[in-house]
Amino acid sequence: MNTFNATMASIDDKQTTQVNKNQDRIIEVRGLHTQYGDNTVHQNLNLSVYYGEVLTLVGSSGSGKTTLLRQMLGLETPKYGTVKVFGRSRFDCDYKFLKSIHNRSGVLFQNGALFSALSVYDNVALPLRELYTLNESMIRDLVMFKLAMVAIDAEHVNKMPADLSGGMVKRVALARALALDPELLFLDEPTAGLDPELSESFVELILTLRIEMKLTVIMITHDLNTLAALSDRIAVLADQHVVTTGSLKEICRHHHPFVQSFFKTVINQAKTDNNP
Amino acid sequence: MAASNPPTPSSAYYRLVSENETTRLILIGTYTLATLEQHLSILTTEFAAYAQKKTLCWDLTEIEQMDATGAVLLWQTWNKKRPEHLLLRPEQENIFKRLEKLPSPPELAHRNFWQPLMTLGSSALSLWSHLIDTVILIGQLFIDIKFLITHPRRIPWREISANLYRTGAQALGITALVGFLIGIVLSYLSSEQLQMFGADIFIVDILGISIIRELGPMLAAILVAGRSGSSMTAQLGVMRVTQELDALTVMGIPHSQRLVLPKIIGLGIAMPLLVIWTSAAALMGGMIAAQLQLGLSYQYFFSALPDAVPIANLWLGLSKGIVCGMVIALIACHFGLRIKPNTESLGEGTTRSVVTAITVVIIIDALFAIVFSDVGLM
Repeated sequence: MNTFNATMASIDDKQTTQVNKNQDRIIEVRGLHTQYGDNTVHQNLNLSVYYGEVLTLVGSSGSGKTTLLRQMLGLETPKYGTVKVFGRSRFDCDYKFLKSIHNRSGVLFQNGALFSALSVYDNVALPLRELYTLNESMIRDLVMFKLAMVAIDAEHVNKMPADLSGGMVKRVALARALALDPELLFLDEPTAGLDPELSESFVELILTLRIEMKLTVIMITHDLNTLAALSDRIAVLADQHVVTTGSLKEICRHHHPFVQSFFKTVINQAKTDNNP
Repeated sequence: MAASNPPTPSSAYYRLVSENETTRLILIGTYTLATLEQHLSILTTEFAAYAQKKTLCWDLTEIEQMDATGAVLLWQTWNKKRPEHLLLRPEQENIFKRLEKLPSPPELAHRNFWQPLMTLGSSALSLWSHLIDTVILIGQLFIDIKFLITHPRRIPWREISANLYRTGAQALGITALVGFLIGIVLSYLSSEQLQMFGADIFIVDILGISIIRELGPMLAAILVAGRSGSSMTAQLGVMRVTQELDALTVMGIPHSQRLVLPKIIGLGIAMPLLVIWTSAAALMGGMIAAQLQLGLSYQYFFSALPDAVPIANLWLGLSKGIVCGMVIALIACHFGLRIKPNTESLGEGTTRSVVTAITVVIIIDALFAIVFSDVGLM
């Protein structure tokens, strides 16, 4: 009975930390400054991402969205400023924490970035095998489970990435990004290059996954439909920093020229709705 | 995280409750990959023992959080079917429904009994297709040359010049270094032998003939095949991967005219010059070694060289250089254009290109040796 009480107490403990975490920031970018030669990309950029939300980064091309994403992923180091992921700085932390970041986050690159030397199955199995704790039969079930999740049929499992269509490459890449059941998912242009029907099903897929897996999603997209369907919050990158963040409605009220032109159709739609 | 203080699996993941003759196994805690990772093997064996009991009721409703890994762990211990007594929450029901419908991956093709024979056949066919492709490429190049002669304004001078710089000028350092060192080695070894017979002065003949006729062209060709051949193949291969070749095609710019021909002409010009350069460096090395070892003065070496080496050897070396240069570029481009848009094909193509180029260079050298066996030797 004693152990039972102890376990209950430990669960209570966990639940409270869970609640605290919910108000916490999963990613915190402070005072970011990035420069390539004479070209300043970011200047004093601040951004927070909270647990469980879908945040979309928008900005004109060359505004440094992808650079910001790469810095969050640890692929690039900024000149000044900090990027904190799961509460600790990404750029000076020990190996163990870095490994846990890698296991707790998944990335869908713009062109999929599937390993062209590996089959679809091995691509998804790779992150699972790299843990060195799961046995092959578990890996097989997990891989097939993830592939079923993104609606890839068993007949495509042994194909090479070069033999897949663009939409399938994206879905397999998503399955690979989700292989470790990450808490944090980065999507770089998830619907670019997909036809409207496919991109709609992709959006639905991410919506269901979000509910099933309690994901936090950071997304770059230029597709207004994807953006409106998925995002809880939008961060607008312009003039080398985050101009504004908020829901789609809040953003549309902002008078920055980029916002006004980017969300033109949404704003016009709202106007006609108000004055029929 | 949990890593600092791992709880014992039995207390953190489940508890047994017996009430009115039925025993319930209540699973608790988080069944996610991150938390399960360290306890996976212990939990698997413990659950396997419980799975033996048919009357046991599995209660999953108190699990805090379960992801695919947790579900698959249970699914495997239940031998891929639901236990007779199972309590699930609706969202867990979804996961297990999906697991029930899970297809197994199709088996990879087994090793065929005829596999060795088929491998032999397919490699013969691939050799045939390589030959056909090379002939087509050469034919296309002749068509291009004919076109360029009638349209001289279209001759890709800039590309030729760029290739000349990249394959010729930038290779000067490495060819000189290798040539110089080989010259020293050759001179030292030969002079020791010659000293035994008191035939010191023949070092000039040995170095002159062997370097100008044979070693200079071969060293330069092998170095260039490794250095420029690989980069040409890789360049064309990456252009295939990034669809640059397709972009050129749709603009109506033929690959052979803009990419292949300038490389072949460029290397055809650069190679003989590199041959002279390498031979000169090797002779220099040999001369220095001969002076140190045999006390042969530089003046004597220079004055004896023209008498020892008939001028035909120089032309032979130069023509070897032209032929080898053009063949290396042709082979490199042929393999580059055959690369498929994936990384493995790129690596394989580059390796094959270099190996083939070096082999063909040595075959060409052997052919020259046979055909010109009476030329330039006294």
